[in-house]
Amino acid sequence: MNSVEHTDVVVIGSGFGGAIPAYHLAAGGARVVVLERGPHLAADEYEHDFKLGSSYTRIFDFVVGDGMSVLGGNCVGGGSVVYFAAMPRAPRFVFERRGSIHRRMWPASITRDTLEPWYDRVAEAIPITRQGWEDVSYAGGLWAAACHHAGRTANPVPAAVDTTACVNCNWMMAGCRFDAKQSLLFNYLPAAVAHGAEIRPLHEVQSITGTGDGGYRVHYKTVHDEDYRLTTGEGSIDAKVVVLAAGSAATPVILQRSEAALGPMPHAVGRYFSGNGERLNTAVLNEDRVREVLGLDRGDGLAYAANQIGKGPTVANWDRLDGSLPEYTRYSLEQLYFPPGLGTILALAGGTDPTWFGLDKKEMLRHWRSWLIIFQMIEDDNEGVFGPPPARGNADRISQQMLGVGRLSYKPTANTLGAWALADAECKDILERDGLATVTPWTNDLVGAYTVHPLASCRIGDDPHTSALDDLHELRGHPGIFVTDGSAVPGALTVNPAMTISALAERAVPGIVRAAQERGVRVTYGAPAPDGSTAGRRATAPLVPTLLRD
Amino acid sequence: MLDETSRVTLEAFADTIVPGNRRSPQDLAVAGMSPTGGAVAAGAVELLEWDATGLTDGLDDYARSLNGHAHAHADQHGLLVDDDVPAFAGLPFEERTALVRVLTAPGHPEKSLWVLLALFCYMAYDSAAHLHTADAVAAGHPGLTAMGLARPDADGLWRFPAWSYGRPLARPRPDTTASGSPA
Repeated sequence: MNSVEHTDVVVIGSGFGGAIPAYHLAAGGARVVVLERGPHLAADEYEHDFKLGSSYTRIFDFVVGDGMSVLGGNCVGGGSVVYFAAMPRAPRFVFERRGSIHRRMWPASITRDTLEPWYDRVAEAIPITRQGWEDVSYAGGLWAAACHHAGRTANPVPAAVDTTACVNCNWMMAGCRFDAKQSLLFNYLPAAVAHGAEIRPLHEVQSITGTGDGGYRVHYKTVHDEDYRLTTGEGSIDAKVVVLAAGSAATPVILQRSEAALGPMPHAVGRYFSGNGERLNTAVLNEDRVREVLGLDRGDGLAYAANQIGKGPTVANWDRLDGSLPEYTRYSLEQLYFPPGLGTILALAGGTDPTWFGLDKKEMLRHWRSWLIIFQMIEDDNEGVFGPPPARGNADRISQQMLGVGRLSYKPTANTLGAWALADAECKDILERDGLATVTPWTNDLVGAYTVHPLASCRIGDDPHTSALDDLHELRGHPGIFVTDGSAVPGALTVNPAMTISALAERAVPGIVRAAQERGVRVTYGAPAPDGSTAGRRATAPLVPTLLRD
Repeated sequence: MLDETSRVTLEAFADTIVPGNRRSPQDLAVAGMSPTGGAVAAGAVELLEWDATGLTDGLDDYARSLNGHAHAHADQHGLLVDDDVPAFAGLPFEERTALVRVLTAPGHPEKSLWVLLALFCYMAYDSAAHLHTADAVAAGHPGLTAMGLARPDADGLWRFPAWSYGRPLARPRPDTTASGSPA
């Protein structure tokens, strides 16, 4: 490369944290280039196939760490393409959490009330269905009935799924073949492209350096389209502003690798990682008891036997989401489908060791159709720390796709372990009542704990010692670099985080636009929703001045 | 391609993860602890031999190391070892199981390597990761069949026209907000 490419804004990552700023900046007139490490798949490339090399392994990454493994998106659209589309807003008490630092971890400027208009903006851009009982899968219905039988409530989960198009195939992790999942490929990203943003797939950003004039140079390698262990070239691009949204397991790694050139990073870069307190339990249902105790019948002679049918999580128990309860005792229990091939190895058969392999486990698999997986989201202690970065990307890739070894270390504290124990006990209490099921938690002994919602590895906050970003998402000490993905979320949310990540990204945009303007970029803030709707813009307009530094 | 010693050793390991039935009375690798096909019949070695996994180049080393551990395990527990067969395959099923438990236990220095090997053996059974899923289901793949994976439609895609009990089955939390979120 003898001439360096220039643009106004480079956005690293095309998930929620990248797509939302990319749209607003492009719509406002900035030149935007989005660098995405994963491929760009069309709807007909989403395959119902567990074979290595299918979309199931092409579009997400499973990174094993020391005590924590992370599942994350790896494609244009990021997490929105592979996620289960649950879009609840975080409960009020979450924003008041104190966590391991013993004082409020969120910036003072962010509460549920101040974030609500930004949540509304996201809801205007991404169609979210408040599911009815007719949308709830058998598995969700079973969980609801079991909760009710145990004297508890249960809620259908709001989801970014067009239920009229959904065929309940439960292949969501491989991407949606039927255009039912309202991923970013249907809203923010095409709108960004329509306004001139350029999305470059298979571009894996390695580091950021300075250009000497206040701008930044983003260095990438291009990745082989089938064997991600191989690179096909490299390059760099200069920008006045960088929006970093590579995902919570990659954003801090890029910054760590950039430290040599950019100077010291805030202490919180690569620290305070949260797995959103996630843990799974498997219940193996007794079909006769499901019919006798809960009165459930599919009408075809089966009571349940429907683990494979549905659309991810459809029902959650939120009784513990009560702000009057002490921290670390609040959690949600959400029914979830988790496909075989990645997770079921971690499910434990009851009885004596070995419980994750061998004869008893094989017998447990014979009852796979009668499994019900319950997903806990507790308040963890932000225990995760990233070690020195690997040679390339955020992991040493083992397989041609999907599987790699990263540098995240996570040693759960007594608070986290205690919260998991509480949630485990409650799952058991609800589902083992009257002989409905046998319940076991997934083991942490093989690949550590396990999260599909990595958070907080580069977080916002008011305290420079325990946060990497200020409350406008700008990286402390490195003006013009903004972080807008899940890594910016200060801690566990007790619910699925996509809606909160998106609302924070929406809220961060005015400040990013202002920073671009200050660097000579001709850009304005004020685009409507991607489909042209304007109610969200009107409702957030009074808040915008509070998000600009004088 | 694997040599015979490596193949038998890795098959014995796979059979320890998901046990199966003997392919013949002389079957050394498969201990025959289960009446139905296990990881070996599901294609564990075929999957491991596919370079997409990233383990292929290391399989002979895996087998050598596993047999070394098997010798040490036999010495430690006073077990007789038949020198004519790969040491791990020569162990009784219970001892193979005990050794795999040790190798995959937290704190074992080689834990991550053995967990990785087990992961692929297991995936051969529970998701047939070396085959197109629709083909595997149609062919009666032992793992997918035992688990009861539904058959896809004629176009190879899964659709479930019936998916819901279709009626209220619990009371939602009273303070649920208009968007369906917790308060």
